[in-house]
Amino acid sequence: MKPAPLSYSRPEALSGVLDALRQSSGDARVIAGGQSLGPMLNFRIAQPRQLVDISRIDALCTTAMEGDALAIGACVTHARIEDGEIPDVTLGLMRHIARGIAYRAVRNRGTIGGSLAHADPAADWLATMIALDASVRLQSTPGVRQLKVADFVVGALDTQIVEAEVISHVLVPRLTASARWGHNKYAKKSGDFAESAAISIFDGERGVARVVLGRRAEPPALMQRTSEQLAADGGRPSGGAEAAVEADLRSLGVKPGDWTMHRVIVMRALRDMAT
Amino acid sequence: MRTVNIRVNGKLVSRPVEDRLSLADFVRDHCLLTGTHVGCEHGVCGACTLLMDGKPVRSCITLAAAADECDVRTVEGYRDDPLMQAIHAAFNLRHALQCGFCTPGMLATAYDMLSRIPDLDRDRIRIELGGNLCRCTGYLSIIQAIEDVHAQRVAKAATPPSKG
Repeated sequence: MKPAPLSYSRPEALSGVLDALRQSSGDARVIAGGQSLGPMLNFRIAQPRQLVDISRIDALCTTAMEGDALAIGACVTHARIEDGEIPDVTLGLMRHIARGIAYRAVRNRGTIGGSLAHADPAADWLATMIALDASVRLQSTPGVRQLKVADFVVGALDTQIVEAEVISHVLVPRLTASARWGHNKYAKKSGDFAESAAISIFDGERGVARVVLGRRAEPPALMQRTSEQLAADGGRPSGGAEAAVEADLRSLGVKPGDWTMHRVIVMRALRDMAT
Repeated sequence: MRTVNIRVNGKLVSRPVEDRLSLADFVRDHCLLTGTHVGCEHGVCGACTLLMDGKPVRSCITLAAAADECDVRTVEGYRDDPLMQAIHAAFNLRHALQCGFCTPGMLATAYDMLSRIPDLDRDRIRIELGGNLCRCTGYLSIIQAIEDVHAQRVAKAATPPSKG
């Protein structure tokens, strides 16, 4: 189908975006690459009266170090991350993840900020950013606030973003040189949304051990026991990992039909760290 | 309504369009370049893939307004392009199209992967083609055609230029 009638604007600067959102009385949507919103417009699941395009605002397309974190402009595309065009503060994890997102034609348009704002639970960045303990910076006319991605996402396709607010940056803490990460995911075809995805990070110097499970319909879950076990194992998963994973899957209430898939994917991510 | 200025296959097109018009409908209905096919219209099938500023994008979920001041290349826009000529020849030889509906998107995707990825192999071609559906299921021939072109390019790069 075709989108319902709408008006489109592309302000030159963030201030223009915030003005447009403030004046819109809630019927405007921010669009960047449009790789999630585009299909929703065509299906008429989303029928905003106005689209405010932020994809060509220079300040949102650049990156900068801010202390120990990399501030990534919300409109940096997956393809640019895949191609190594932004500083690597995650020892290759973000490049690896970007390369596995959908297809190149989608990665050329889709942005990291848009992916987090859309908050599809199966989206790769959501689980990755929670595992990395990243934050989003939200700008509105009254001011700026920053939220951990884990707190920003409140449910499937649901975030704490309010009307007249826009994600300007994603802040990714730098992993230290001795950190290790592992990743695995299962999708029914290459480029499809993952049925199950797991990311594990161990950064001993910073005292970080975190294992996150991404699923199709629920927001990514921190695997508490598995993370503690990973810390106890000093980042080299031991024989105790499997029992910890099963304990986490039980407390997450994973259905029997999904149990083996999630267990295998998490174990593969953990084993991926050891190599 | 708004006026967009989009360079299509090297020619600047200035047209008033509705804000909600997709780039796919812009090239088909306003530029009368119907080689770009609209299949699923929600970014899944890849038939509408074309190059925008040299990069493949889904034109069914990209607004024409968002392509304002961009450079667009459709399947009609490759005349005299040696890489696309080689891809055409390989598709022909390998019978890499049956009904031809997915072909414009397949060609754009093939063109992109061949120019971007120096170490293409069969597995990588399969992954890169994951976003283009062929309902005739003629994937093997398409993969072989792309492999052929890649092999030709590798061989050409390895051959020292003749002195003749």
